[in-house]
Amino acid sequence: MKTFPRGGIHPPSNKLSAGEPIKVLPLPASAVIPLSQHLGAPAVAQVAKGDKVVVGQLIASAGGFVSANVHSPVSGTVTAVEPVANGSGVKVMSVVIAVEGDEWLPTIDRSPNLVTDCRLEPSEIVAKIAEAGIVGMGGATFPTQVKLSPPPGKKAEVLIINGVECEPYLTSDHRIMLEHTSQVIVGVGLIARALGVEKTYIGVENNKPDAIEQLRKVVAEMVRALPHHIEVVPLKVRYPQGGEKQLIAAITGRAVPSMGLPIDVGCVVQNVGTALAVYEAVQKNKPLIERVVTLTGKDIPAPSNFLTRIGTPVSDLIKAAGGLPVDTQKVIGGGPMMGRAMSNIDAPVTKGTSGILVVGPKEASRCAETACIKCGKCVTVCPMALEPYLLSRLTQKQLWSEAEAGAIFDCIECGSCAYTCPARVPLLDWIRLGKTEVNKIIRTRLSC
Amino acid sequence: MANKLIISQSPHVFTPRGTTSIMGDVLIALLPALAVSVWVFGWQVLAVTVVSVACCVVFEWLIQRYLIKGPATIGNLSAVVTGVLLAFNLPSSIPLWLVILGSFVAIAIGKMTFGGLGKNPFNPALVGRVFLLIAYPVQMTSFPPVDGMTGATPLALAKEALKGGCSVSDVMAQLNMNDLLLGLKSGSFGEVAALALILGGLYLLARKVITWHIPVAVLGTMAAFSAILWFVAPDTYLSPAVHLLTGGAMLGAIFMATDYSTSPMSRRGGLIFGAGIGLITIIIRVWGAYPEGMSFAILIMNALVPLINRIKFGRATR
Amino acid sequence: MMTLVYTVAALVVLGVVLAVVLYFVAQRFRVVEDPRIDQVESLLPGANCGACGYPGCRGMAEALVSDEDISALYCPVGGTATMKPIAEFLGKAAPEREPEVAVVRCAGSCALKPDGTTVRPRHSHYDGAPSCAIESATYAGDTGCSFGCLGKGDCVVVCAFDAIHINPQTGLPEVIDEKCTSCGKCVKACPKMIIELRRRGPKGRRVFVSCINKDKGAVTRKACEVGCIGCGKCVKVCEFEAITLENNLAYIDPVKCRLCRKCVAECPQNSIIEVGFPTKKPTQSVSQEGLS
Repeated sequence: MKTFPRGGIHPPSNKLSAGEPIKVLPLPASAVIPLSQHLGAPAVAQVAKGDKVVVGQLIASAGGFVSANVHSPVSGTVTAVEPVANGSGVKVMSVVIAVEGDEWLPTIDRSPNLVTDCRLEPSEIVAKIAEAGIVGMGGATFPTQVKLSPPPGKKAEVLIINGVECEPYLTSDHRIMLEHTSQVIVGVGLIARALGVEKTYIGVENNKPDAIEQLRKVVAEMVRALPHHIEVVPLKVRYPQGGEKQLIAAITGRAVPSMGLPIDVGCVVQNVGTALAVYEAVQKNKPLIERVVTLTGKDIPAPSNFLTRIGTPVSDLIKAAGGLPVDTQKVIGGGPMMGRAMSNIDAPVTKGTSGILVVGPKEASRCAETACIKCGKCVTVCPMALEPYLLSRLTQKQLWSEAEAGAIFDCIECGSCAYTCPARVPLLDWIRLGKTEVNKIIRTRLSC
Repeated sequence: MANKLIISQSPHVFTPRGTTSIMGDVLIALLPALAVSVWVFGWQVLAVTVVSVACCVVFEWLIQRYLIKGPATIGNLSAVVTGVLLAFNLPSSIPLWLVILGSFVAIAIGKMTFGGLGKNPFNPALVGRVFLLIAYPVQMTSFPPVDGMTGATPLALAKEALKGGCSVSDVMAQLNMNDLLLGLKSGSFGEVAALALILGGLYLLARKVITWHIPVAVLGTMAAFSAILWFVAPDTYLSPAVHLLTGGAMLGAIFMATDYSTSPMSRRGGLIFGAGIGLITIIIRVWGAYPEGMSFAILIMNALVPLINRIKFGRATR
Repeated sequence: MMTLVYTVAALVVLGVVLAVVLYFVAQRFRVVEDPRIDQVESLLPGANCGACGYPGCRGMAEALVSDEDISALYCPVGGTATMKPIAEFLGKAAPEREPEVAVVRCAGSCALKPDGTTVRPRHSHYDGAPSCAIESATYAGDTGCSFGCLGKGDCVVVCAFDAIHINPQTGLPEVIDEKCTSCGKCVKACPKMIIELRRRGPKGRRVFVSCINKDKGAVTRKACEVGCIGCGKCVKVCEFEAITLENNLAYIDPVKCRLCRKCVAECPQNSIIEVGFPTKKPTQSVSQEGLS
């Protein structure tokens, strides 16, 4: 069975909510929609305080080439356009909407019918995706239309759909693959047509055999509606298989060059959630206004997968899953390996929120750091063949040119090194700092 | 919410295997060899081990508490491991005051001088052993007789035989492979039980404490090099099997060379490191003044570890 | 006996030969350099801190010798006492600069007071690597004030003069005026940009706003007992127009300030701190008190 060639770890998967069907979460009383839910320039607000909005209406338009539109996920009145604290307590420009009813734009097709026909040109598909404000739903939130427009001179040959979901606990992609299989496959076909690729793979780790089987069945049924055969590739369970570079290596054997992009080896990677969003945008005219969010944790009464409107407070999700246990110590936006700990649980769900993990006292605190015993385990598990122990120390000593020579910019921040360190050295904390500094230095050098 | 939320960067989950758990596994892996030693050499073995471990722990605690003035580090069991490994490298008949002296050199000079666990460039147990070997050669090389055999180790016998001009096959005739494997031979008490040490090594491999690279490189190089010599002149040189089963080969390859602090960080570095140890060991055994060279070989390669760590493996040239 | 003679003879011959070789090599590869560079370097403090903008004192000395106009070159460590002799030695005009010192503009201690309350209460607990830069990159901070000191001591680590320390009682950094050379390393290291280089002032007396919180007054008041709420009372009371109010934050211009200290008494939040004045009454100031 295929997997990526180097490094990796096996954290306990703890997929508590894998068997929970997607439930629709009730509308919030008030929705906070940040204007920057994607990588790149923030969107520019198109509404002002007092405006009435309906579901699907454009409330902020892309603020640059690498940026994304934002649509209203609810109907109601705009009460403010102001900086609101996000999950990290940092104030970011947001549109606050008081929810009134649930009135949708009439152009959106809300029927459950599957629409497989598409007569649009590739450029029209990309334009529709851009219009719908779709971003990478796996958590990286890179605007999808940018990824689907390869730079001149580069051609996408292979499309890889990421159904790996290697993060422990998270099950939203798993549920999407099971419950919206046909829509995902149509969406994959649309992305493949937009890119004009010759080959498409869907990579799924073999701890989700039901999803693999279901995907294969639907691909076989729908083979005539697709531009070419889509191959579902089972992958050996190993973290961080969902990393773009790891997934490309696992499926095609191609190695993305240092500081390069997947397109440099003719590959484009998209998440299954993104494929679903593409289907809805292109075939149903529905912009990206809701997403599936896993709410999980060992002490949560009812770990669930919710279909949630963007802008819903995280605390609403927690309530719907049975409430926050009294001894909760950590709430993580995303999975335990790459998610961000939240200091403000009233922050909204955004386009990139794949899950919320609630952690109790047993696992919340890190163990005290002790002396590095030079076991070399961090070197062994690094999927990018870096030397984490060295990079973290170089960062502490602020030796930036040495850190650059050690290719610190290649770090994908997967956290395998810190996970595996027996001395509990916060390796990734330091490396991330060093990476930021070194990237700053490289950028200033390039701009000179 | 009753508590303040805890905030840190990702990752938020960690392996349950900390330093203490790893050191504990090393101790478990050393138990079979200890049991065989007690069976072969008697209860004296336990006395030496207990004294060595106790002294190592006490010295580390004292130095950490009063000289370094840092938090106590004996809880990570590394001093216990050093104590057991040092004891394993001593003859069971050694006077106990020498054990105390050896532990002091191992912990105080070999380890704490450099700042403690992880910072020492040389294997502390071997620093202690080599100090004793050079300072007190008589006590360190007089081994109690085993099963009617003389008190000299097989390697020492072979060396004597070569000096005396008689054939190595005479020595070989005295050796029984099964005895060598089981540990019925003279030597430092922890190094004799080849089979038990291999068993411990397999446990460490299964628990992912060590990888196969260093032990295989050490033993493989020893076997290959000695096989060439043996092939060229079987009358002058010992067979590879004898080389692998005598002296400190197994203990050194599996437990001493794989010491985290003093071995390279990368697996491929480990291969180079191990090959170097194997090569130097055979050179010392065959042409050196000492009958056994494993300790020296490991210490010499320890010194080269910083250089090996500078080699960038694995990343494509950019 | 002969062994000894041979040994000594061999060594003597070897020594002579090598000395001759060295002499010629030194002649052949001599680097011609302005001898004044060495002399100027010896006049510099030798801290090699880089505060002047050059990698070390040697670089600074080279620049001082080669540049015609040295008014832009200044060694903040040695100050005027160092620059004057150098300028005289080189026959150039000495650069003048007001002596400065680093001041910490946050007085919001997160530590528990005896009465069980806290000046700046924490709402979360940071559990990552002990570095302000990392904590600052992780989130807005562990208190309601996203501008305040994180107390992990990045400033302490970079100080080459042992002039800044975290007070274990308050968890805030404190500058030892006598040791501070105003090299500016802590200013650069602080991710929250709390530390400022200010005029030392006559007899080390100075008045400054010990807060950089730009939140609205109500938000600030909730987060910190000593945060500047931007009420503007100090602006009104100042007779010298030295205080400006911008983004809900008062700032005292060190050049215009005449040290009358009316603002100190007027500030309802006790955010304005006076340093170096003879103690009349015990002020509530937290950080610099008692050190200058």
